[in-house]
Amino acid sequence: MRKERRINLYRLAAWTWSWVATLAIATFGPKYIWDDHTVLTTLAVLVNFSNGVLMIIANRNLFNNFDELERKIHLESLAMTLGLAVVAGLSYSLLDTTNLISSDAEISNLILFIGVTYLIFVTINARRYK
Amino acid sequence: MKNRIKVLRAERNYTQEDLADIVGVSRQTINAIEKEKFDPSLPLAFRISKLFKLSIEDIFYFEDVS
Repeated sequence: MRKERRINLYRLAAWTWSWVATLAIATFGPKYIWDDHTVLTTLAVLVNFSNGVLMIIANRNLFNNFDELERKIHLESLAMTLGLAVVAGLSYSLLDTTNLISSDAEISNLILFIGVTYLIFVTINARRYK
Repeated sequence: MKNRIKVLRAERNYTQEDLADIVGVSRQTINAIEKEKFDPSLPLAFRISKLFKLSIEDIFYFEDVS
């Protein structure tokens, strides 16, 4: 079980890094590497998307390898994260559309919020069952 | 739900890690079950009862609140 867990973790880490790297290439490549070449940009986006799908599959495999308590911890954390992401995300969007904040609502802020929220809830829930 | 896992484990000189490895869960899960913070699923309860050669009712029970 431990060996299988380690393999699944390494796979997820590898695909996550690969996804981040291809995202960076797709973001900065058109401007700094291939001078807005449409075919290369489309290819970069497709490669990034494929890496993202493989990262999701690796995450699902890791999740399926969890035992029942770990699954409960992560499921509770996911439920809280999803709820908060929807509520906070829409409030953030409202702040933008009603001009209560001067800057535009950026999706990257929401993704950062989701990541931090999930991490906090996994830590809290893991402590609850310690 | 209460259980006698800690006692049964001690009688057989199993560590939490040993028991976790045998029944296929993490040590944290065994610890949470022993501390009665987490109720195991039916398949896990069956695996534990099979290991200790006892019925599920002999290991897990409800405390009478009346």
